[in-house]
Parts: sequence; structure tokens; C-alpha cells
Amino acid sequence: MVEDALPRLVVAPTFAAALLFIYGYIAWTAVLSFTTSRMLPSYHFGGLIQYANLFDNARWSVALGNLLVFGVGFVVICLVVGLTLAILLDQNIRAEGFIRSVYLYPMALSFIVTGTAWKWLLNPELGFEKVMHDFGFADFSFDWLINPDRAIYCVVIAGVWQSSGFVMALFLAGLRGIDDSIIKAARVDGASLPTIYRRIILPSLWPTFFSCFMILAHIAIKSFDLVMALTGGGPGFASDVPATFMYAFAFTRNQIGMGAASAMMMLMIVVAVIVPFLYSDLRGGRRG
Amino acid sequence: MADASNPATGTNLGRVLIYAALALTCLYYLLPLYVMVVTSLKSLDEIRTGNLVAPPQNLTFDPWIKAWSSACTGVNCGGMRGYFMNSVMFTIPAVMLSTLIGAANGYVMTMWRSRFSDILFAALMMGCFIPFQVVLLPMARTLGVLGIANSVLGLVFVHTVYGLAFTTLFFRNYYITIPDELVKAAKIDGAGFFLIFRRIILPLSIPIIVVSVIWQFTQVWNDFLFGVVFSSGESQPITVALNNLVNTSTGVKEYNVNMAAAIIAALPTLFVYVVAGKHFVRGLTAGAVKG
Repeated sequence: MVEDALPRLVVAPTFAAALLFIYGYIAWTAVLSFTTSRMLPSYHFGGLIQYANLFDNARWSVALGNLLVFGVGFVVICLVVGLTLAILLDQNIRAEGFIRSVYLYPMALSFIVTGTAWKWLLNPELGFEKVMHDFGFADFSFDWLINPDRAIYCVVIAGVWQSSGFVMALFLAGLRGIDDSIIKAARVDGASLPTIYRRIILPSLWPTFFSCFMILAHIAIKSFDLVMALTGGGPGFASDVPATFMYAFAFTRNQIGMGAASAMMMLMIVVAVIVPFLYSDLRGGRRG
Repeated sequence: MADASNPATGTNLGRVLIYAALALTCLYYLLPLYVMVVTSLKSLDEIRTGNLVAPPQNLTFDPWIKAWSSACTGVNCGGMRGYFMNSVMFTIPAVMLSTLIGAANGYVMTMWRSRFSDILFAALMMGCFIPFQVVLLPMARTLGVLGIANSVLGLVFVHTVYGLAFTTLFFRNYYITIPDELVKAAKIDGAGFFLIFRRIILPLSIPIIVVSVIWQFTQVWNDFLFGVVFSSGESQPITVALNNLVNTSTGVKEYNVNMAAAIIAALPTLFVYVVAGKHFVRGLTAGAVKG
């Protein structure tokens, strides 16, 4: 009898914690987003007023636009760079292990460290621009970091630097998992290398492609530290993303209701992007 | 599936181009680290007159000393030392706790499976997906009520709770590959829940413990969101202190000190990566693909 209860007892605290700290807190945040809370949480029902205010807020529109620019740029470039590097690295390269480690080490760093490093590299005065001047390109100008229309692209640059090596590792693992015999058979049949890649190798990388997309989209939607360290959301709020918006409103500007509403929107964006993919994945059968 | 005898990649020119591309991209990935290191070893004058990629003319370690012990973040001028210690103080317990509980959960979910544990597993999956912004406001209130807001203890708590989803997943996916018979035989011999865990399962778990510890260590050490929301002043983690140092707009910007501080913040996880890179990659793929 005791033996039956014991395993349940062991997982019970985690179960309680998940119920409270994940589901309970999501519900709590949802409730806050339907109240008129400002400085202090109040539980006076306000209907959709916080959401209405949120979508009237110019800063939120900028944050959503930036998420789109950053998300698409970050995901697409990471996928292209990661896949290219993986294919190059899969050609019987000497010192492959070393090169792989070099591509991957940024993943061990905090986004704050990455942001700090790139903030310095992209420094409009003393950074990359000055290097080009010293090399003789006197007219070279690179002010993206302080240019409201370009600052978000700096976040893309730094983000790709940090995460593309990881995508490479996933694709390389995918490439190594492809059955050799199919490729040998295709070669015997006289298929050229580009054809083999296009018709056999790339299609069989679909599950890896799928995983990478999910991970990258997830990183993009949640990205907060990188923006904080690199641009602080600036200049002004030109490079704000939903996560920095949420932080600013919930914790520095004391607009709790609006902060809660923006957090709920972030959750919905994650669900909207990831659930359809997850669904199609489950329907398509288990991947390896 | 790589093949050197392949006609298209086997040509010398093709090989040279591939190696050139790989070498160039290596340089690109190493460049920021290189720039950080050389900048941290230059004086401010040399930074202004020279350029980013030039090696230091007059090597100086002053920026490092200042970053560690006397750089100012806001009103506090004690360098990164105290914040580094804060990070150590909450990272170690949080990593140990979340790994231990994750191992126990994974053990129950595979060797003592029940409907209850299946439901828990499904419920926990959500914890890997949610953007943490959605729990910040309630958690801030809870920590306040518990009296552990703005403390290292509060960060241990938060990191343990939200690390559990991943660690449980790691151990569950690992234990599911251990043959049932092993545990069944032990059960028939009368071995109990804890005895089986200690004598059979734990000794088999070393690889996954390493993966889980490395994953959690990297996550918790590098975290910024929980740190900036749930701590203040003296109790802040190093990531938050680094960000304050770099983005404090008062006075002269000391790029060399900033870079030294950034390297100090990065050293523990870089060290883990160099020492145990293989497991690091395994953790990343396991956590990411399945999460």
C-alpha cells in the first residue's frame, strides 16, 4: 500500500508547483489583464480596457512591428547560415570538432554578454566604423545602433551570431542521421550532387528544419536580454519588442494592467506560432 | 554521408573554397571574443586613438582589477565581485535542487508510471513553452508575501521551480530508454522505491545528470529576466550588474572595464563549455528538440 502511494507522493510537490506556478499564475495574469489595475493591482473588472489601451499605444505597435522584423530576420538568417555551415562541415573536414566548437561557443554566453560585446563592436564612433576608416574607407558610416530605423537590425546581427551555431549543430546531427545507402544508390543511378541534395538530403532534413524553426521562433518571441543589453529598446523606444515593453510597463512605469495584457499577448503569440506547428508534427507521426 | 571521393567536392579547388569559407566564418564567430579580450587589456587612451581589432600596445590589467573590485554600477562601487558571488550563491543550489527533483520525477514517470504521473508530464510540457513574462507579476507578489523578494533565496526558488520542467523532461526521456526488466526484477526481489532509485537508477544516470547540470547551470547563470525583476541593489546577479555597468550613462564610458566585466560574467559558462562541450551540446539538443 505504502509502495503505491510513495511514487505519487514524490511527484506531488512538482505537480502542485506546476499547477500553481504555471497554470495558476497564467490565470492570475489573465485576471489582472481584465482589471483596471495601474500602480497597484486592483480587482475591479475593466473588461477589455487594458487590451484596448494596449493596441492604441504607439509603443506597442512599434514593439509588435519590431518583433516581426526581428523574428523573420533572425529565424530566416539563422536557418540559412546554420544549414550552409552544416553542409560545408559535412564534407569530411579536417579539424571538424574544433570548427564546430568555434561556431557553437556563443551559445554558452549570456545574451547580456553578447549584447555588450556587439554594442561595442557596432559603436558608431569607435567600433567597426573606425576600423573601416583606419583601413582607408573614410566615408564609411555605420550608425545603425543609434539610428531609430536600423537599431532593430543590430539585434538581428547579434542574435544570429549567438544562435546560428546551434542551428548548425542541429542540422549537422540531422545530416549524419540520413541513411547512407539511399545516397549511394542515387549516385549509382548517376544523380549529380546538387540533385542529391535537392531531392534526397534537404527533404529528409524536414524534421530538423521543423525543430529549428520552433526553437528560433521561441527565442525570438521571448527575446528580452539581448535587446536590453544592446539598445535598451532605444533610441527612444524604436527597438522595443513585446518583452521589453512588458517589463517597462509592468515594472518601471507601474502600469500593471497593461503589463499583464501585454504578457497575455506574448503568450498568445507563442501559442499561435507554435501550436499549429506542433499539431502538424503530431499528425505527421513521431519524428526520430 | 560525407564522401571525399565525391566528384563535385573532391576537386582541389572545391576543397580549397570549402576550407576558406569555414575559416572565414570561424574568424567571424571568434571576432567578438577577440575584440572583447584586446579591448579589456588596453588603456582608454589607446582605445580612442587605436582601433577595435588592433592588439594592445601597452598591456594593462587595470581594467580587469577595476571591473572586479571597484567599478561603479549605480551608487555601488564594489565592482563585479559581489554580484559574481550572488550568482554563484543562487546558481549552485538552484541547479542541484532542480536536477535532483527532476531525476526523482523522471524516475516516477518511467518506472512507476501511473495516470497521475502521465498527467503531470503533460502539464509540465507547458512549462517549457510559456514566455515567463506571463508569470512575472504574480511571482513578484508571491515573493513579496513570502518575504524573499530581492534576495538570493528568492532567485533560488524561482530558478528551481521554472527549471523543473526541463530537468524532468531530460530524466524522463533518458530513463525511458532503460529496460523495464531491470526494475521489475528488483521489485520482485522486494526492493523498495528508494532502494531501486539509489542502487539501480542513480548509478546509471551519470550521463544525464551531467547534461542536466550543465544545461541548468548555463540557463540559471545566464538568466537576466528573473534577475532584473526579482532582485535589486546588492542582491542582483552578475548579468544584471553587467547590464547596469554598461548602460549607466553617467561619466566617461570605460569600454575596457565594460569588456573585462563582460568576460568575467561569461567565464563560468565558457569554462563549462570548454571542459564539457560535448555534454553541453547534448543538453542543448535534448532540451530544445524535445521541449
